[in-house]
Order: sequence, then structure tokens, then C-alpha cells
Amino acid sequence: MAKFKGSIVVDKERCKGCGICVSICPNKTLGMSKEVNGKGYNFAVMVAEETCVGCASCGRICPDGVITVYRAKED
Amino acid sequence: MEDLRLMKGNEAFAEAAIRAGCDGYFGYPITPQSEVMEYLMKERPENRTGMVVLQAESEVSSINMVYAGAGCGKKVMTSTSSPGYSLMQEGISYIAAAELPCVVLNVVRGGPGLGTIQPSQSDYFQATKGGGHGDYRLIVLAPSSVQEMADFVPMGFDLAFKYRNPVLVLADGVIGQTMEKVVLQPQRPRLTEEEIRKNTPWATVGKSIDREHNIVTSLDLQAASQEKHVLHLQEKYREIEAAESRCEMIKCEDADYVLVAYGSSARICQKAVDLLRAKGVKVGLLRPITLWPFPSKEVKELATRVKGFMSVEMSLGQMVEDVKLAVEGKVKVEFFGRCGGIVPAPEEVVHAVETKLL
Amino acid sequence: MSSNICTPENLVYKKTSLLTDKVMHYCPGCGHGTIHRALMEVVDEMGLQDKTIGIAPVGCSVLAYDYMNIDMQEAAHGRAPAVATAIKRLMPEKFVFTYQGDGDLAAIGTAETIHCCNRGENILMVFVNNAIYGMTGGQMAPTTLEGMKTATSPYGRDVEKVGWPLRITEMVAQLNGVWSASRHTVHTPAAVMKLKKALKKGIEDSMAGKGTCFVEVCSSCNSGWKMSPVEANKWMAEHVLEYFVPGDIKVDGKMVR
Repeated sequence: MAKFKGSIVVDKERCKGCGICVSICPNKTLGMSKEVNGKGYNFAVMVAEETCVGCASCGRICPDGVITVYRAKED
Repeated sequence: MEDLRLMKGNEAFAEAAIRAGCDGYFGYPITPQSEVMEYLMKERPENRTGMVVLQAESEVSSINMVYAGAGCGKKVMTSTSSPGYSLMQEGISYIAAAELPCVVLNVVRGGPGLGTIQPSQSDYFQATKGGGHGDYRLIVLAPSSVQEMADFVPMGFDLAFKYRNPVLVLADGVIGQTMEKVVLQPQRPRLTEEEIRKNTPWATVGKSIDREHNIVTSLDLQAASQEKHVLHLQEKYREIEAAESRCEMIKCEDADYVLVAYGSSARICQKAVDLLRAKGVKVGLLRPITLWPFPSKEVKELATRVKGFMSVEMSLGQMVEDVKLAVEGKVKVEFFGRCGGIVPAPEEVVHAVETKLL
Repeated sequence: MSSNICTPENLVYKKTSLLTDKVMHYCPGCGHGTIHRALMEVVDEMGLQDKTIGIAPVGCSVLAYDYMNIDMQEAAHGRAPAVATAIKRLMPEKFVFTYQGDGDLAAIGTAETIHCCNRGENILMVFVNNAIYGMTGGQMAPTTLEGMKTATSPYGRDVEKVGWPLRITEMVAQLNGVWSASRHTVHTPAAVMKLKKALKKGIEDSMAGKGTCFVEVCSSCNSGWKMSPVEANKWMAEHVLEYFVPGDIKVDGKMVR
């Protein structure tokens, strides 16, 4: 079975730091940033990049639509 | 060929709506105007022009259906009577705020409260001073015949679309229920979606790729832009005041005294003028056709050459305040009115003139 | 290292263009954003942008029209079903939906809701139930749970005094005009996918003239419930969904519950 490698891009200025993506990420790829954005929110970041499979769960649930998801077959 | 019919005012209004190319009527039955919807239901305008007629669950719902249709650039209308018109006030305020065109008919009955089903003119304040919450005005047309009930429908739509403002036709139970001859205007075609997209580019008919999405709303949470919007409305109202005030003057040329009356009161006063003139009293009649804008200019001009006015209403004195505002204390302004559904006789008006005005 | 896969050909998910770029005013973690996006994704996937007219309510989602990149009208409080009725009647070829909260749809607008459903207006009604009045600051809703504390039920909802939480979806499902009624959530990605399926079917069926399609979405209001977004979703799953049980209630004109 082919393995997938995923990655996400968070629009960190629009992220409100609710943490819902972190709570539902099946591979515990996501966490919250230490620093804050312009609005004072901690924002979602990949804390374990290598575990991301690009399942897009975070993108689908993000209330503010700030997550873009990419996925590629692993060589 | 002239299309001459014998009809009730309410029926003439309904038939005129179909012929005006109206797209939708949404209403709720209430005496004394139920014939409007009854006529439309019987006539099946969906087969004649494609016009939609729907009996809603309440006046609250029907006025919001009008808001919706107007927001789509459609020619839509409703009709009701006083208690129902009170229920519609929230919706009408939204329609005025969102600058949507529509025609609303209020066949006034006696209030306050559930009041009576008999004719009255006691909704004048509500009609001409706004009615609901906020700074807004309606264009208010006052028919005094079945012919005007019919004529004011297309005229109402024309004014409504010209100014993007709701138009209220303020009739009363007499005008609604009386049968008279009426000449009906020929059928106007309904607007196509293409015409709506062109004539009313703000209408919510589906976002095409060549424009931004359209939004119909009365909400603006920013004080500065809300103020700007209300000021814009006021500017529009000043424009309407300057251009659209209408009245009829009967025997005012040589008059010493002038009666001011609208709707069925004006019909009664016309007879009273004749009776008074037969007695040698030079009386005229000024009949406002638009109650808002009120024909203040004409009243003001008359005040420079007559000895006094009497406002005759089927209320306990509402329009008389606008007459006084126009006269500015130059001559005396008296009032005569009946209420509770009583229609005064011409002789009562004659007596009032003789005892109060002369 | 991972950044090199972030290229257009590897894109699997991004915000639909049927949502505008305006930053939503919703509180962090609010379900409205997810529900807005699910709905707009379906409209986008079905290619219906130019045929869609949406009705926004009064309540937290009053500004939905700023976020959904479609023609929209903002209705008076509770009147969205009346507004939608007229639009659909005047333009039967369009897709018309209402988007309403619990106060709007199940309290002040109950009459409009019931009569719209009873007439079987060919529209989709999206009913967001978060068991509280969010916008006005967390007061009791018709759907507030028994014993639940709100600003106007500070000692908990006393059902003896103010009645029981209203299952309006089960109520309207009884009406002949309603073609489908179901309850969903957006607290897990799987639930979002399920919601999207229901929305799609609701759009198809309402466009096909089957009748009113009614989709309730239970959503958390972490601000109103005074919890963190993640806690609120957990609390919703444990408490709200016990009373407001997700799933189909009426399918293709037949009661299934």
C-alpha cells in the first residue's frame, strides 16, 4: 500500500487558536504555537511534521477555514 | 377600447395589480379588505400573467414575503387593514431601511385595538410619520374613489421603483367596499429576469460572475456608516417631498374658507362644499392625494388668501396637525371628525363649518 | 522538508471560493464557521453559485451574508422561512435556503417555521442548534437543556416553569410538507462529511420539488457555555447529543424514527 506524506499551511493571522484541529488530528501532528499572532492568539502549527498524512481532517473541521492541506505519495 | 367595469374598490385594486404586471401578492385575510385576496384567488393570475398569490400564516409573515420578493427586484404587494398593518410595522421598517420597492394597501378600520370593522381614517399618524421604528417615511397615496384604487397600483409601483421606497395606499372601508365604475388600464407585461438584472442590479437573483454578491439587509453595525445611510434616506425623502406631492383643489379659486379632507372624507366634503355654496358661503376643498409628502406648499399658498381651514377626518384629529404646520398660524385651523367607524354626513360637516369656522 | 510538497498539484483541501475572505466574527471554535463552509462547499461542488439565494437570520449568524459569496437576504428575526417562501415561489428554478439559529427558528419564528414546512416549500432549512442565545450574551434558548445554566436561567433550566427543550426537528418531521429531516453535528471531521452529504441531498431534493428539507446541526457555543472550544465539543457529545440524538428522522417522505 502506498504511503502518503502530508503537510499543511496555516493562515496564522486568521487562526483564532481554538485548538479543535489539534484535538481531532488522528496522528497528533498538530499543536499550538508558543508565539501569538497579531490578534494575540496562539495558532495551529505542525509539531510532528513527519506524522502528517494529509488526511485533511483539520482543514475540514477548522471553523475559520485557515488550513490548506497538501498530500503527496511517498517515494 | 375602454375597459369599463363596475367593481368594489378592493376588487379594482386586485385587478389593477394583475394588470400592473405585479409578480406576487402575499396577504392574510382581515375585514374590510379580504376581497383583495379573494378576487386574486378566484381570478387565478398565475394563468393570466404568472403572478404568484399566496395566503400567508399572518401579516407578519406576509410583509416579510414582500420584503423578500422586493429584494429580488420583483413587483410585490400586500394588503391589510389596521390591526394587520400594525403587525406589519417591523417588516415595513426593514423594507424602508433596505430601500426596497413595494406597494402596501391599508384599508383602514376604526381603532385603537381590535376596534371595529367599520371605516375610519385613524391610521394617519402611523401612515405618514413612519409607522415602525427608525427614521423613515413611506410615500402615502390616498384614493378617494374606486377609480383611484385601480390607478394607484401602477402609479404606486412606478413611484416605489423610482425611489426604491415602499408605497402605502391608505384607503378606508368605504373606498374598499363601495362599488363604482372604473376604467381599467391595459395589461403591462411582468419583468423578465434579464430586465430585473438590468433595471435593479442590486436584486438578489443569483450571483453572476460579472458582479459581486448582492446583499439585501437593513443592518449596519458601524455607527458612522449607519448614520450615513440614514442621512442618505433623508436626502431621498427631501427629493420626494419636492417632486411628488399631489393634491386636488376643488372650488378654491374664490374660496373664503377651505376644507382639507382625503379619501372618503373628501367625497363627503365635496357635497358639503356644494351645500355651503348654496347657502352663499364661499367654501373650497383641498384634497391631498399624497398624504406623505403632504401638500404643504398648496396649503401655505391658500393661507395667504383665505380666512380659515377646517380639517375633516374620520379620526379625532390627525391630519389637522399637518395643516396647522403648513398654515403656520396665519389663519385659523379648525377640526371636525367622527370616529369609531362612524362616517359623517355632509350636513354634519356643514354644521361644523357654520359653528366653528364662520 | 515538508514544505516542498506544498505545491498546487498536491493540494487536497483549501477553503472554497464560495466563502469570502472576510474574517468571521465568530468566537474561536464556534461551529458556525464549519457549517458555513460545509454548505458553501456543497453549493460550490454542485456549481450552483449563480442559482443560489440564501437567507440569513438574526442571531450570531446574522452576518452570514458577509461570509457566503452568494446573493443573500437578511431576514427579520424568525422570518427567514417566510422570506425563503416568497423567493422560491417567485423564482422556482433557484436554490433557496435558510440558515437559522435556535432562537430564530424555534422561538420567535416558530409560526413561520411550521407553516413553511407545512406548505412543503421547496427549500433547504439549515437549523443550527447550540442550546443557547449566543449573540445576546448567553441567555436561555428553546433548546437549552434541563438544568443548564444560562444568563436567564442562572439556577439551571427549570422545566416546570419554562418548559422542556424543544425538539423542533422531530416536530416538523411530522408534517406532510417535510421531505426529509435529520440531525447532525460538526464536532468531528467524519460528522462534517456526513453533514455535507445531507446538505447535498437536501439541495437536490428541494430543487427537485420534493418538499422542505430540514437539516439540524448541533453545534457548541463555548463562549455561552463558558468552556474551552475543545471542552465544549466534548460536553456537547456527552450531554446535548443525549437529548438531541443525531441521525435521520425522516427520509424521502417517510419517518424512520
